[in-house]
Amino acid sequence: MIRFENLSKAFGGKPVLQGLTLDVRDGETMVIIGYSGCGKSVALKHVVGLVRPDAGDVFVDEHAVSTLDRNGLNLLRRDIGYVFQFAGLFDSMTVAENVAMGLRRRGLSDEEIAQRVEEALALVDLTGAGDRDPAELSGGMRKRVGIARSIALRPRYMLYDEPTVGLDPVTSAAIDQLMVRARERLNVTGLVVTHDMRSAYVVGDRIAMLYEGRIRQVGTVDEMRESDDPVVRQFVEGRPS
Amino acid sequence: MIERIGRKAVGMVEAAGRSGQFLGDMVAALPDVATWGALALVQMRRIGVDSLPVALFIAAFTGVVLALQASYTFTGAVPLYFVGTLVGKSMMLELGPILVGLALAGRVGASMAAELGTMRVTEQVDALETLAYNPQSYLVVPRVVAGTAMFPVVVALAIAVGIMMGWVTSLVLLDLTTPQFTKGLRLFYEFKDSWFGLFKSATFGFTITVIGCITGLRTRGGAEGVGRSSTQAVVYSAAGILILDAFWAAVLLR
Repeated sequence: MIRFENLSKAFGGKPVLQGLTLDVRDGETMVIIGYSGCGKSVALKHVVGLVRPDAGDVFVDEHAVSTLDRNGLNLLRRDIGYVFQFAGLFDSMTVAENVAMGLRRRGLSDEEIAQRVEEALALVDLTGAGDRDPAELSGGMRKRVGIARSIALRPRYMLYDEPTVGLDPVTSAAIDQLMVRARERLNVTGLVVTHDMRSAYVVGDRIAMLYEGRIRQVGTVDEMRESDDPVVRQFVEGRPS
Repeated sequence: MIERIGRKAVGMVEAAGRSGQFLGDMVAALPDVATWGALALVQMRRIGVDSLPVALFIAAFTGVVLALQASYTFTGAVPLYFVGTLVGKSMMLELGPILVGLALAGRVGASMAAELGTMRVTEQVDALETLAYNPQSYLVVPRVVAGTAMFPVVVALAIAVGIMMGWVTSLVLLDLTTPQFTKGLRLFYEFKDSWFGLFKSATFGFTITVIGCITGLRTRGGAEGVGRSSTQAVVYSAAGILILDAFWAAVLLR
């Protein structure tokens, strides 16, 4: 379980998160929606300790993330796959080397690593692409490699930072399907941040709207679709103010 | 005005604190040899072997110019075999380390800042962390170890080439003989002349790579930020080298 508890963070005196509180239950996929720049990615980075909170904390399996030292963080990160907004692929490595990177850290044998890389690439429909360089890949393929790199670790949690941003509708739908497939096959708890409502409806069990540093409303897909809250309605319907 | 000065002073203290923290984290990552050992070898090739052409080019022409300027200065006043003395001492004590250091501050420092800066803005550094790698062990320590180890090697070769070119110039253009040149070369030679320049260049290597890593990993704001970091790495490295050069002269040559 992931729990955000009164999480606050400011950058350069400008508050971004102001008491964010949210529970992500085991086995569900929670989608955090919100306007660009509202702090969704910042919230996600707190989960893996990439950003330290000013106040409050994130609890993963009851571990307060901000209190963990580097070793504690590394142990926690073994259970978490993180898919970056622009994939975050190492451009000096091939696709297969990228996917193998986290596995090498776990002391697996070369055979095991090769097998896991192959499996992960197959799961994201990139069989045979292991020798290619990230620079040769399209945006959608890069995202898929990012997902493969995370699921190869067989994590218990998957975090997705704007997984469909910058992709065409067909490729976005393919990425959505991949996220659903990864969840079904690996039985992971998912946390997705996005402003793409179509994607949120497809992958989310519950949706939470982040607004002015706090959760404005959280509910099932249907509850959010039929929300009476004017801010939520405006966002999910994509109406300009 | 006072507020601006105060803000600047606070900023400088903060920057010094962050740099101290960075160095502390780097030292803490040193025992993780399993991570940085193999990567340091790759960096040694990039910093050492790949820097040789530019270092030797600079050293060769410096040797030629030193011999000609010494001859111009000494003619009629000082025996010409002192050309060997000036070429040797200047190359070993000062020009070898400083010129190569400044050239590599541009080549190594800028490329390091640009590479790490690009990794930072494209989330590759964050990705490393989420895959349970310590960026200090994976990115910083191999570069700093390689820089500190390889700068003396590059400078030693540059000094040798500079002296050799000074000797060739003396033979071809100054009508000196080899015994005369080597007599001058050995005249005031002390063992300290050799290790001083090499020790100094190791500190230059350390400084350039640390500054390249710090500026690179602190990059913010996309391509413009990467450009800014590269420029800062060169400027700060060059300033650092010049300050260190004066410091070591004051400490070790008095």
